Amino acid sequence: MTRLSVSRQTRLSNIAMLALAVTLLLLAAAPWWAGRAELRLLGEIFLYMSLATLWNLLAGYAGLVSVGQQAFVGLGGYMLFAATLLWGVHPLVALPLAMVAGALVSAPVALLIFRLRGAYFAIGTWVVAEVFRLSFAQLSALGGGSGISLAPAIVKQLASGRSAREALLYWLALGLAVLVVGAVFAFLRSRRGVALTAIRDNELAARSLGIDVWRTKFTVYVVTAALTTLTGALIFLQKLRISPDAAFSANDWTAFVIFIVVIGGIGTIEGPIIGTLIYFVLRETMADLGAAYLIALGAVAIVIMLVAPQGVWGLIRGKSGTELFPLSRRVRGLTDKGN
Amino acid sequence: MDWVNAVVQGTLLGGLYAMFAAGLSLIFGVMRLVNIAHGDLIVLSAYVALSGAMLLGVSPFVVLILAVPVMAAFGYLLQRLVLNRTMGDDILPPLLVTFGLSVIIQNALLAAYSADPQKLQAGAIETAAFAIGPITVGVMPVIVFATAVAVIAGLQWVFYHTALGRAFRATSDRQDIAQLMGLNRAHVFGLAMALSMAVTAVAGVFLGMRTSFDPAIGGSRLIFGFEAVIIGGLGNLWGTLAGGVILGVAQTLGAKLHPGFQVLSGHVVFLFILAVRPRGLFPRIDG
Repeated sequence: MTRLSVSRQTRLSNIAMLALAVTLLLLAAAPWWAGRAELRLLGEIFLYMSLATLWNLLAGYAGLVSVGQQAFVGLGGYMLFAATLLWGVHPLVALPLAMVAGALVSAPVALLIFRLRGAYFAIGTWVVAEVFRLSFAQLSALGGGSGISLAPAIVKQLASGRSAREALLYWLALGLAVLVVGAVFAFLRSRRGVALTAIRDNELAARSLGIDVWRTKFTVYVVTAALTTLTGALIFLQKLRISPDAAFSANDWTAFVIFIVVIGGIGTIEGPIIGTLIYFVLRETMADLGAAYLIALGAVAIVIMLVAPQGVWGLIRGKSGTELFPLSRRVRGLTDKGN
Repeated sequence: MDWVNAVVQGTLLGGLYAMFAAGLSLIFGVMRLVNIAHGDLIVLSAYVALSGAMLLGVSPFVVLILAVPVMAAFGYLLQRLVLNRTMGDDILPPLLVTFGLSVIIQNALLAAYSADPQKLQAGAIETAAFAIGPITVGVMPVIVFATAVAVIAGLQWVFYHTALGRAFRATSDRQDIAQLMGLNRAHVFGLAMALSMAVTAVAGVFLGMRTSFDPAIGGSRLIFGFEAVIIGGLGNLWGTLAGGVILGVAQTLGAKLHPGFQVLSGHVVFLFILAVRPRGLFPRIDG
C-alpha cells in the first residue's frame, strides 16, 4: 500500500536552496575577494534584482501592470536626500524612513489609480510618476530641476574609510536583494500568497471563494511600493547625486526592469533573478552599441512575448514544473519516484 | 483679458491633444487594445513627414497626403503581423509588446535623426495671426483645431454611417458573434489600426508644425492623449475632444501661474477628474 503525502520540497529544490546558501556566503565575503569595480557591479545587480522581483510580484502575480514604478524609486532617492540634507538624519536611519514614506504615499495613490482597469491602469501609474517628477523639480530646497549632491560629511557618517564605505553599501544591496526575494517568497507561501495566486489564475473564481480581491491587490501594491522606495533610497545612496530626470527615469527604473522580468520569465520567482543575470551579461558586452543595444533589447522582449511568453526560465523548465524555490505543493506516493 | 487669452489658446491646443487621443480611443473601442507606443508613433509620423518634405521639397501640408497612407499601411501590417498574435483575455502580452515597440521606435529615431530637436517648416502661415477683438489668434492653431473637429466628425461618421463602422461596432460588442456573421476579426482589427494610424499621421504632422520635436517626446504625447480620453469618458469621440480642450486649457492656465506648472497642472486636473468622476465626464462604455 502506498502512502500519499503532500510536500513542497523536491530533491532539486533542496539542492538549489543549499547551493543558494553557499552562494550567499561567498557573495557576503565579496569585499575580501572582489575588486572595487566588481563590487560596484555586483551591488548594481542586486539592486536591479530587487526591482525586478518587486515588479514581478506586482505584474506577474497581482496582475497590476505598472509602468510607473520609477515614481517610488525616485521618491526613495529624494526621501533619502531630504532626510539627510534637510533634517540631519543619519543615512542608515533615513533608509527605513524612506520605506515608511513609500508605504504612506502609495496608499492614496492606489485609491486613485485602482479606478483604472488593465492597460489604462498602466498609463495611470505613469501619470503619477510624471506628477512626482514635475513636483520634485519645483522643490528648490532639493536642487529643483538641476538636482543636488549628497554632502561629503553625510557620506562619511556611513563609515570612516573609503573601502569600508564601499563594503557597507555592497552589503546593504546584497541584504536588500535577500530581503526582497525572501519576503516575496514568504508572502507567496503564506495564506495571502495562495489567495494572490488564485486571483492571478482566475479572478472570478477567486472572488467566489471569498477572497477579497481589491484588498489583496491593495496590500501587494503598498508593500511593493514600500520596498521599491527602499531600493530607490539605496540606489541614490550609491549614486550620491540626484536630479528629477535621473530619479524618475522611465527607462532606467521601469523599461529595463520590465525587460528583465519578461526575458527571465514572468510570474515565477526564478525568472527575475535569471533575467537580471542575462540583462547584465548583455549590458556588459553590448552597451557600447548605444541605441542599437536598446533596439535589440526591445526586439528580444517582443519575440519572447510572442514565441515563449514564459521567458527563459519557462523554456528551461519546460512542462516539468520544476522549481528551484519550493512554492507549489506536490503529491508524493502516486508514483514510485515521487518528484 | 490675459486669462481669457489663455483659455482661448488652451482650447486651440486641446484640438491637438484630441487628435492624439482619437487614435488611442478608436483602437481601445474596437479591440480593447491600449497602445503604449502610440505617442512614439505620433513622433514617427512627424519624422516621416520631415523626411518626405525634405526629399520632395514640398510643404508639410502636401506631405500629409503621403504620410497618411504610409502610416495607415504600417498600422495594418503591424496589427496583422504582430499585435493580432497578442490579442486575448490576458492584457499583459499586448501591453508588453507595444512597450517594446515604443523603445524600438524611440531608439531607431534616435539613431537615424539624432536627439536634436526638429521642426516641420510650413512657411509664412506659421507666424500668421488675426485679431478677434482684443485677442490675437494664430492661424496655425486654428487650422489644427478645425482639423481636429473634422477628424472627429469623420470618425463619428465612419463609425455610425458606414459598413466599416458597423463591422467595428459589431466586433467591439461581441468578437465571436461578429466572426460568425462573416466578419474576419483579424482583418477588422487591421483596418481599425490602419484608421488609428491615419489619424496619428495627421496628429504627428500638425505636432511637427506647431512645435519642435525630438525622439524622446513620445511618452508625454501618449499621456496627454490618454488623459484626454479618460477626462472625456471612454468610447465617446466628442467627449474626447472635450477632454483634450479641458487638458489644453488646464495647461495654459497652469503655465500662466508659473512656467513650471504647465504640464503638472494638466496632470493634476486629470487626477482630480479621476477622483470625482472615475468614468470621465461623458462616459459611454466601460473600461
